[in-house]
Amino acid sequence: MISLYKVSYKNLLRKKTRSILTIIGIALSAWVLASLMGFNQGYEAALNRDIDNMGFQVTLMAKGCPYEAATLMLKGGTGLRYLKQSVADSVLSEEEVEKITPMLMQAVFDPNKGESGGMSAYLGVDPATFPSMKTFLEFKQGKWFTDSKAFEAVMGYEAAELEQREVGDKLLIPEKDIELTVVGVLKRTGTQDDGTIFLPISAVQKIFGKEGEITSVGIKVKKEANIAKFEERLYNIPDVQVVSLAQVKQTIMNLVSTAKVMVFSIAVIAILIAMVGVINTILMSVFERFQEIGILKSIGAMPADIFKLIWMETLILCFFGGVTGSAMAFGLSKLTEVLIRKLLPYAPTGSLVQLDAKLVITTLIAVLIIGLVSGIYPAWRAASVRPLESIRSEAN
Amino acid sequence: MNEVAITAQNLRKTYRRGSEEICAVNDISLDIEKGEYVSFIGPSGSGKTTLINILGCLDNPSSGKLSVARKTVFGNGKPLSEKELTVIRRELFGYIFQKFYLIPTLTVLENVLLPRTFYKKPSANENVSELLNMLGIEKRKHHLPGQLSGGEMQRVAVARALINKPEILLADEPTGNLDSARSQEIGKLLNELNQKESLTVILVTHNPELAKTADRIIELRDGKIFS
Ligand SMILES: Nc1ncnc2c1ncn2[C@@H]1O[C@H](COP(=O)(O)OP(=O)(O)O)[C@@H](O)[C@H]1O
Ligand SMILES: [Mg+2]
Repeated sequence: MISLYKVSYKNLLRKKTRSILTIIGIALSAWVLASLMGFNQGYEAALNRDIDNMGFQVTLMAKGCPYEAATLMLKGGTGLRYLKQSVADSVLSEEEVEKITPMLMQAVFDPNKGESGGMSAYLGVDPATFPSMKTFLEFKQGKWFTDSKAFEAVMGYEAAELEQREVGDKLLIPEKDIELTVVGVLKRTGTQDDGTIFLPISAVQKIFGKEGEITSVGIKVKKEANIAKFEERLYNIPDVQVVSLAQVKQTIMNLVSTAKVMVFSIAVIAILIAMVGVINTILMSVFERFQEIGILKSIGAMPADIFKLIWMETLILCFFGGVTGSAMAFGLSKLTEVLIRKLLPYAPTGSLVQLDAKLVITTLIAVLIIGLVSGIYPAWRAASVRPLESIRSEAN
Repeated sequence: MNEVAITAQNLRKTYRRGSEEICAVNDISLDIEKGEYVSFIGPSGSGKTTLINILGCLDNPSSGKLSVARKTVFGNGKPLSEKELTVIRRELFGYIFQKFYLIPTLTVLENVLLPRTFYKKPSANENVSELLNMLGIEKRKHHLPGQLSGGEMQRVAVARALINKPEILLADEPTGNLDSARSQEIGKLLNELNQKESLTVILVTHNPELAKTADRIIELRDGKIFS
C-alpha cells in the first residue's frame, strides 16, 4: 500500500529547485515571525531586568535637587538640597517597600583633574544596604568598604581611569585635605555610576559636615506591590520629589510600541509573500499535472482524495519551511538582535529576543495554518479536474 | 454464460461547436456480454472514444440509456455527479489509454498499487507479485517508469487497471504509442486476460490486426454502427 503522503512528497521531489525555493520563502517568513514573537516577549523582560538592575525603582529627593550627576556637575556642585535622614526611616515603614538605601551626594571642584580642573562627585552610600541593592555592580579590583565608618573609597570605572588610581592608592579630597584609601574599582556599567566615587555615607556626612542629612533615598518596591498607588502617597510628603523608573519604563514602552507596529507590518508582508509563493508553486504543479490528476480520478480517486493530496503538498512545504525558519530564528538570533536594535529608540542590555519551545510550536502552527489556507484554492482546482479532460487531450 | 455486462439503448452524445451541433455518438444501441472481448474500429473522429467513455462511465450521454452489471447508470434523465460516477467506475472498470500516465516519481510497484490508496475492493487480489509476474514486469517492480520501455510501461498501466480486479477492462488505443511487435504482445495479453480471467474487454483501435484478436469487431462511422 502506498500512502497519500508518499505520493505527495514524491511529487514535490519532482521539481526540487522549485520546492526548495518555496520552502526558503516560507522559512524566511517563519524566521521573521518567530523572531518577532521572541522579541515581543523578550523586550519587556529585558527592560524589566534593566530596571531591576538599577537596584531601585523609585528615588526620593528634596524638591529642586538635581538628581543626575551630570546636572550636578553643570551646576558646579551647587544647588544641592537636603532631606533629613528620618524621612528615609518613615518611608521604610510603608508596606510596599522592600528595601531602602539613603544616599548623600557631594561634589567638589578639583583643580588637578584633567587639563583645567573638573568636578568630582562623591556619593555617600550605606554599606549595609547599598551593595545588596546594587548586586549587579561588579568589581574590577578590590571590594566594598571594610568598615561602615572607614575613610575608604570605591571608584567607578571612569573615575579610577581619570584619576589613575588602583586599589591601595590614596585619594585626596580637594579643599578638605582628607586622604582616603581606595579599596575597590568597579567594572564599567555604562551608567553614571562609572564617574562616581563611592564613600560610606557616614564618612561623607563627617567630611562635609552634613550629619543627619541625605540627598536622596533609593527605594526598592516589593514585586507584587502597586507602584502607582505607592508613588501617589510619596507625592504627599512635603518638599519631596519622586523620580520613578516605572514612568521611565512606560515612556520607553510607548516609544517601542511604534517600532513594534512597524516590525509586525514587516511580518505580515513576509507572510503574504510566502503565501503567494506557496499558492503559485502548488497551482503550477496542479496545472502541469492536469492529465495525471485526471488519471488518478479514473483509477478511483474521489474529489476529496485529490483535495487531500494537494493540500498535503502545501502542508509538507509549509512544515519544512516552518522547521527551517524556526531553526534559523534560533541560529541567527544574534543577527536578529543586531537588526532589531537598529530599529529601536531604546534597547535594554541583554538578550532582546527570547525564543523557547512554546514559541517554536506557535510558529509551526501559524505556518501550517498559512499552508492550509494557501492550499485551499489549488486543491479545489485539482479536485474539480474531470478524468475526461486528461483523456480527451490525447484523443486526437 | 450469456449474462449481460453492458446494455446501451439509443445513446447519443452531441457537442456544440459554435453554431454547429456535432453528433459524436448518434443513436447507438448494443449489448456486451460478460466475458466478451469486443473491439471497436473506425476512422479517426468516428466517435469511438466518445462512445467508450460513455460505456465506461467516464462521461454522461446527452440522451439514451445505459446499464452496467444490470444496474441502470444513465437513463433516469438525470446526469450523474463526478462522485457518483467514481463510485461506479472504481467498482467495475479498469482503464488503459494510449498514453500510459504512470506517475514518474513512483516505482512500478507503487504505480500499480496506487488505486488501492483511494479504494480497495474487498474481492481484489492480494497477491500483487502474481499479477506482475503474469504481465512480465515482476523483476522491474522497483524501477521508475522512466527506466522502462514503452511496452513495459503499458504493461504497468494494465497491472494498475487490474489491481482492483475490475469486471470490465476498457482500452482506448492502448498500442497507439507502441511498435507493431509490442502491439501484438498487448493484443495477446488482452486475449489471455479475456480467456483465463474471463475479463470483459472493450478495445478501441484503428489497427485491424489488433482488432482481430477480439471475439467481435464493431465498426463505427460518423457516430453510428456501420457493421
Ligand atoms: N469535447 C468535445 N467537444 C467538441 N467536440 C468533440 C469533443 N470530443 C469529441 N468531439 C468530436 O466528436 C467527434 C468524435 O470524436 P472521438 O470520439 O474522439 O472520435 P475517435 O475517438 O473515433 O477519433 C469528433 O468530430 C470530435 O471532433
Ligand atoms: Mg479516440
